[in-house]
Amino acid sequence: MADYPEDLLYHAEHDWARIEDGEAALGITWYAQDALGEVVFFEPPPVGRVLVQGEPYAEVESVKAVSDVIAPLSGEIVAVNEALAENPQAINDDPYGDGWLVRVRLSDPGEREALMDAEAYSATLGG
Amino acid sequence: MLDAIGVGSVQEIFDSQIPAPVRLGRALDLPAGLPEQDVYEHLRELARRNVSAEDELCFLGAGMYDHYVPALVDMLLERSEFLTPYTPYQPEISQGGLQVMYEYQTAISELTGLAVSNASVYEGPSAVASAGYMAKLHNGRSRFVASAGLHPHSLATLRTYAHGFGAEVVEVPLRDGLTDIDAWSGAIDGDTGAVFFAQPNFYGLVEDAPALSAAAKAAGLGEGAPGSGGSGGGPAGQAPPVVIAQVDPITLGLLAPPGECGVDVAVGEGQSLGNRLDYGGPSFGFFAAREEFLRRMPGRIAGETRDVDGRRGFVLTLQTREQHIRRAKATSNICTSQALNALAGVVYLSWLGRRGFAELGRLLLARTHYARNALVALEGVEALHPLSRPAVREFALRLDADVAAVRERCAAQGVNPGADLHALTGREEDRGGLLVAITERRTRAHIDRLADVLGAAVAAERQGQAVGAS
Repeated sequence: MADYPEDLLYHAEHDWARIEDGEAALGITWYAQDALGEVVFFEPPPVGRVLVQGEPYAEVESVKAVSDVIAPLSGEIVAVNEALAENPQAINDDPYGDGWLVRVRLSDPGEREALMDAEAYSATLGG
Repeated sequence: MLDAIGVGSVQEIFDSQIPAPVRLGRALDLPAGLPEQDVYEHLRELARRNVSAEDELCFLGAGMYDHYVPALVDMLLERSEFLTPYTPYQPEISQGGLQVMYEYQTAISELTGLAVSNASVYEGPSAVASAGYMAKLHNGRSRFVASAGLHPHSLATLRTYAHGFGAEVVEVPLRDGLTDIDAWSGAIDGDTGAVFFAQPNFYGLVEDAPALSAAAKAAGLGEGAPGSGGSGGGPAGQAPPVVIAQVDPITLGLLAPPGECGVDVAVGEGQSLGNRLDYGGPSFGFFAAREEFLRRMPGRIAGETRDVDGRRGFVLTLQTREQHIRRAKATSNICTSQALNALAGVVYLSWLGRRGFAELGRLLLARTHYARNALVALEGVEALHPLSRPAVREFALRLDADVAAVRERCAAQGVNPGADLHALTGREEDRGGLLVAITERRTRAHIDRLADVLGAAVAAERQGQAVGAS
């Protein structure tokens, strides 16, 4: 079922951010995993890589497509979800929980103003 | 259809899309057609100007070799089920075609001792260059170190591709015909993304592959900017350079598999396996690598799976690497197909079998040494490299005479004694060089004839006799 948790912020390119204490967990939304289909591969970038808001930082590969993942916020990667190497399907099954991709230390918390809340984001998805 | 798109005629589409300045504006200036019989005679006349490997005793190699192609290969290749399906974009409809690719991949993987193989690429030199590109995708580094023992065409192709995707190619010289290991280690640093050597090398000599691989990895890890590239950041920092070897497949029944020699990616020219010389093609290239490179490999990959009823079936797999899905970020631009040539390869290997393939390697080794010994015994002919260095199917001589002139004298006797080395490499140390190739079609009697003809030709040149005086 299409699901967009209220406690998250969303980027137009179908990425979410959960901000806690100057850090943010990032991932792709329900809409993105649904459009991609069964995810078969995700290789996280290394810890230490710097993300720039609006720019691609990784790729998610499904059976039929490869999609860029866009950084909703800027920051340095402090952790990556290693479990996805064995179980990339977590991105489909639990995109906001076990399907988290990376966690960053935010370089500019003010950037959150550019993101949408759940309601605004769902509105962009239309029917 | 014209109504649906709102266009008056097909000509209108051309007129609107093709800029006027590039349009010819007149009919093509072609001669009148000829009856089929006249065309045939004309083509026969043109073909008569060629001398094929069937018309002369051929010791020419330098990358493609006059091996025997059994009738079985032609018989299977001419089956319309194989001959007509060209580039499979609805591949699963042809299970037999995919199974053949899978068998081919399995054979290449076994021969090279590397976990994964693709379903073939175009030919040897571009396979080398593609391996370089894959290495760059893998570790992000743009510096390549290549042995001068690579085929000159492979080096040139590597440089051409590298220029396109922004990598530098540093060439390491040979010493006495083998890669100079000190220069090799010296050239490799933490910025080096990939290293390349050939096995056997262009001069026919067997390189110390394990030593080259180990030296490359040690030199690459010795220093280098921390945190640059590498996947996942291993405990020691960055990953070593990718070791890429261009391998002559016919020697794989004899030499240790590249995968057991520290090689990460083995590529090469497949022509020797079941394909004729033709006009220098078409042929196929093979591409095998360690499993960690699977997702960045170019080319098609056939996979085995089970259908909904649990039956074994075959698919094209990992298609997300390819340009019809990944577009500009594709790992390869393979679109047309050398599948038919690769089919010839796997049929050939099946025909020989494991024992036959190993036997063939031993036969080549024995005849090569017989030939080398016979030829260096001739007046005015010496080995270009120390005889202590093993050669498997090809070796280089130095003639005390003009190589082109000697070759012409031999041709007049119906013998092609080998390749003009200096003409191919342009290296000073290759002046007077002749590269002689041995295949199983060259019998001992043939080799004896070569010795006679070559010996006479060199003698005649040294004495300054006119060509044709036998």
